[in-house]
Amino acid sequence: MSNQPLIRESRVSRTAAMSLMFLLAIYFLLPVYFLIVAATKPQGDLASTNGLTFSHFDLFDNLGTLFSRSDGIFGRWALNSVIYAVLGAAVGTLISALCGYALAKFTFRGREFLFSVILGGVLVPTTALALPLFLLFSATGIVNTYLAVFLPSIVSPFGVYLARIFAAAAVPQEIIESARLDGAGEFRTFFSVAFRLMTPSLVTIFLFQFVAIWNNFFLPMVMLQKESLFPITLGLYQWNGQTARAPLLQESVITGSLVSIAPVIILFILLQRFWRTGLAAGSLK
Amino acid sequence: MTDIATRATHVVATSGGRRRHNGGGPRAGTIAAFLIPFFLPFVLFYLVPIAYAIWESFRVVRRTGGQYGTSYTTFGGFEQYAQVFQNTEFWASIGRIGLFGIVQVPVMLFIALIMALLLDTPLLKIKPFFRIAAFMPYAVPGVIAAITWSYLYSPQLSPVVDLLKGIGLQPDFLGPGAVLWSAANVSTWLWTGYNMLIMFSALQSIPEELYEAAKLDGASNWTIAWQIKVPIITPSIILTTVFSIIGTLQLYAEPAVLRQISSNISSTFTPNMLAYAVASGNNYQQAAAISVVIAVITFVLSFGFMRLTSKRAGL
Repeated sequence: MSNQPLIRESRVSRTAAMSLMFLLAIYFLLPVYFLIVAATKPQGDLASTNGLTFSHFDLFDNLGTLFSRSDGIFGRWALNSVIYAVLGAAVGTLISALCGYALAKFTFRGREFLFSVILGGVLVPTTALALPLFLLFSATGIVNTYLAVFLPSIVSPFGVYLARIFAAAAVPQEIIESARLDGAGEFRTFFSVAFRLMTPSLVTIFLFQFVAIWNNFFLPMVMLQKESLFPITLGLYQWNGQTARAPLLQESVITGSLVSIAPVIILFILLQRFWRTGLAAGSLK
Repeated sequence: MTDIATRATHVVATSGGRRRHNGGGPRAGTIAAFLIPFFLPFVLFYLVPIAYAIWESFRVVRRTGGQYGTSYTTFGGFEQYAQVFQNTEFWASIGRIGLFGIVQVPVMLFIALIMALLLDTPLLKIKPFFRIAAFMPYAVPGVIAAITWSYLYSPQLSPVVDLLKGIGLQPDFLGPGAVLWSAANVSTWLWTGYNMLIMFSALQSIPEELYEAAKLDGASNWTIAWQIKVPIITPSIILTTVFSIIGTLQLYAEPAVLRQISSNISSTFTPNMLAYAVASGNNYQQAAAISVVIAVITFVLSFGFMRLTSKRAGL
């Protein structure tokens, strides 16, 4: 008897909860859906047809136009983004892992101090560093080169923070000790034993840094004038600013936007569990 | 097997007193070799720029012999800072960002919290779908998100505008009053899922026994959520708030993109846009002073918020 209203209540709250979540899901997915639809349309249909329904399927034409525009500059931007993000995240993950491992596994004076400096670094937004870096780099002549974007990108205090937590959790002290007794040097122990044990967490660190570099805009904007060095974000931003004068660019901006987010979204969905590890560690702070 | 074997030898060996230099750890040089690959770039590209910005902010450009004389930079004390604080554009940008933060951050975090709490109840089906849908915008660069939304705001192209017109509304997302909130919407879209997952991860790590008793006593999901779960994950909520405050003060990409299609966003709309505009005008010392002021405000606000909330939460 007392059970009846309880079940009804939970049915009501179940429906309410599901409806709310569906509304929010539509909100999150709508812009990407719009981008997909718009990327398949001919330029003329963008304004004349409903933005949420497909018309002529011109995706391949649009891709052709996108990649051939201005001597294929978009392909160059995509390549640059890949270089900045993949190389930057790879080097960044390696140096974060070495540092985090040392902070977790070696005892030495000043260890806690160094770690709190790094934690302070987590709170420093990279946008705040871009202008001073520009002033420094213009004095040394690195401005407007690959290095101007690449070098600052490899530093990730958050990566070191994660690496320290993961090294402490994944690498048992006994294994390090026994490798030492077998006569292995510290670096050999790190690369042959610890590195393998830490691999899943290193993937997490790599992914976070990859996305941070891929999405970065302010640093390249401040550092680069040469179009051929631009990452995708900066290139599309520049095109988007020209659409008022050259409306035909619109379709390429839209198709280019879709091309730039598709690989990362796929990477996301495939590697979900690694994200959750990182976010869970972040929430422990 | 080998693991046990090596452990055994290890025990034997250490008890046999075969210790190396200073307590068995690696040498200082080796430790340094692990640390330097990170700390060298960290110092060069994090700490030195901060020091350099502070140094520059205390310098001024002066000219000898009137307007056409040669210029030189010299120590100027707080002159640059005085200029920052007298700059009405600076205060206007701070005002905008303050208004933005006071509304956008709570709204975003509230939605994130509701979603995280719902995902942590048995009320929902297809949870992985909701999780991915909300987190997906995190994969989208701020510039691309702003470009996409600007198409959804544009009176010519937007299906959303069409839809609202269909029900008799006359939306103007790019108008003088609305454009700040259009930028806020892009930030909300980008970061809600990220914050939601941080809160959700914290919820998942709460052992179920903690609210098993409350459940048996007949407490509703609602009561459990607000009286038990939310207090436990307060540190995560504080963390996401601090990160959001920092992000708000750094706002650049979203308004810069909307500026391309709306005349209601000036080149000095946010503090960061102002700093960039000033630097583009080659007034590096003034730009450095603005950057330092933004950084100090960021630090004061985020640490202030942490202090305030941790005291109140009794942590």
